[in-house]
Amino acid sequence: MQRLAAALAVLALAGCGASDDGSTADGAITGTVTVFAAASLTDVFTDLGRQLETEHPGLTVQFNFAGSSALATQLTQGAPADVFASADTDQMDVVTNNGIVSRAPKLFATNVLEIAVPAGNPGGITGLADLADPTKTIALCAPEVPCGAAAAEVFDAAGLTAAPDTLEEDVKATLTKVQLGEVDAALVYATDVQAAGDTVEGIEFPEAADAVNGYPICTLTDAPNPAGALAFASLVTSETGQKALAAAGFRAP
Amino acid sequence: MPAPLLVPALLAVAFLVLPLLGLVIRAPWSQIGPQLARPGVGEALRLSLVSATLATLISLVLGVPLAWVLARSRIRGRSVLRALVTVPLVLPPVVGGVALFLVIGRTGILGGPLYAHLGVTVPFTTTAVVIAETFVAMPFLVISVEGALRAADARFEDAAATLGADRWTTFRRVTLPLVAPGIAAGAVLCWARALGEFGATITFAGNFPGRTQTMPLAVYLALQRDPEAAIVLSLVLLAVSLATLLLLRDRWLGRGVAA
Repeated sequence: MQRLAAALAVLALAGCGASDDGSTADGAITGTVTVFAAASLTDVFTDLGRQLETEHPGLTVQFNFAGSSALATQLTQGAPADVFASADTDQMDVVTNNGIVSRAPKLFATNVLEIAVPAGNPGGITGLADLADPTKTIALCAPEVPCGAAAAEVFDAAGLTAAPDTLEEDVKATLTKVQLGEVDAALVYATDVQAAGDTVEGIEFPEAADAVNGYPICTLTDAPNPAGALAFASLVTSETGQKALAAAGFRAP
Repeated sequence: MPAPLLVPALLAVAFLVLPLLGLVIRAPWSQIGPQLARPGVGEALRLSLVSATLATLISLVLGVPLAWVLARSRIRGRSVLRALVTVPLVLPPVVGGVALFLVIGRTGILGGPLYAHLGVTVPFTTTAVVIAETFVAMPFLVISVEGALRAADARFEDAAATLGADRWTTFRRVTLPLVAPGIAAGAVLCWARALGEFGATITFAGNFPGRTQTMPLAVYLALQRDPEAAIVLSLVLLAVSLATLLLLRDRWLGRGVAA
């Protein structure tokens, strides 16, 4: 119920933004929209992009999925893009502080961490404490990327010292190690566990509530396709977009 | 010098050197001291040098005989063999890393039994770094040495044979000294490639400071948060590799390569 209420609040906000701007009024949105999005959004955004292409014949939505920090670096170095969706507010701040955001970023989803283990849980993992056990093989995200920062918060809050064997460059690389069965457990987003299907099992843990990642989205000042940018950002914050995000395991902001 | 050669040559120099110049010009020189003093930098550098050197030694021990087989032996399917062993040259290194998992990972074809019976795992160890670097770098050595063997005058070997030397003695006493400059050049190329290796290493060996985090990995991760630190680290790697190569050239390669 709470979740629904929050979602509705966002929708109201999104509605305001769109009507203020009104640049999608003529409906003739064509060309290419380039979306830079956090790796964890790969599946949902690909689907939403296809949907937008169907709604607007002549429109092509192109994606660059990578770690949010890598994307922020690319954007501040002048990579041409229309939309940026980050997996945390820190990386969005990097872009905002550079003055290349055309409108204030808007939160469109949140995500929490979950323990991912290979199918069958060969390491016998039961909770966060097992990820502090040096005898287990553990993958975490590097502290430089959002999922690693969130992992550090979770361990701090639990008063545990993590015992990782590898600090991966992004969340998908971390998940891959679980899918290949090379680690006993990893900390990834709940959505990544869901997207991985049968190869990975997820274990929720209470400390996850201490590190909730907010996902902001924004359109960029130098967007080659401002109308397309707005159309995509509006779709993400619309009811359709929120439904798709919820289905992928994201929580409402 | 003829202009048709000089102009493209100058363009090539500009193309290759300008990015390096960019690094040097944009480097936050005032921060070099504090950046270098940061924990982990020395460790990453030491790990890079040690693992690249080990990878080169393994490549020499295994790669020189392989080059000899490719250049001198009469076995069938030699061209197929050559194509196969140079696959790592065209394979994206990340794919190479995944392939290594499938063979010597904890659930891999060879790694599975190793883990089940002996409890030994290879990924996420310094050994894994050396393996990943060897996988990517050895073909460079093999190709160089094979080229040197083909260019070498085979009549010296024939002469040795007619004087009663067996093939092993001929290889040791005649062929090896003959192609030594080629081997040295191949080893340098192999070392340089191993030192810069990123994709296969971060995939197969993971990234952990002091154990598997080599300089290229440290540079990549620094880039995520602090691009200036990444530039400083890149310069350190560049300076150390250039210094090593120049030193080697003066010491050992100079005469050999000239001859």
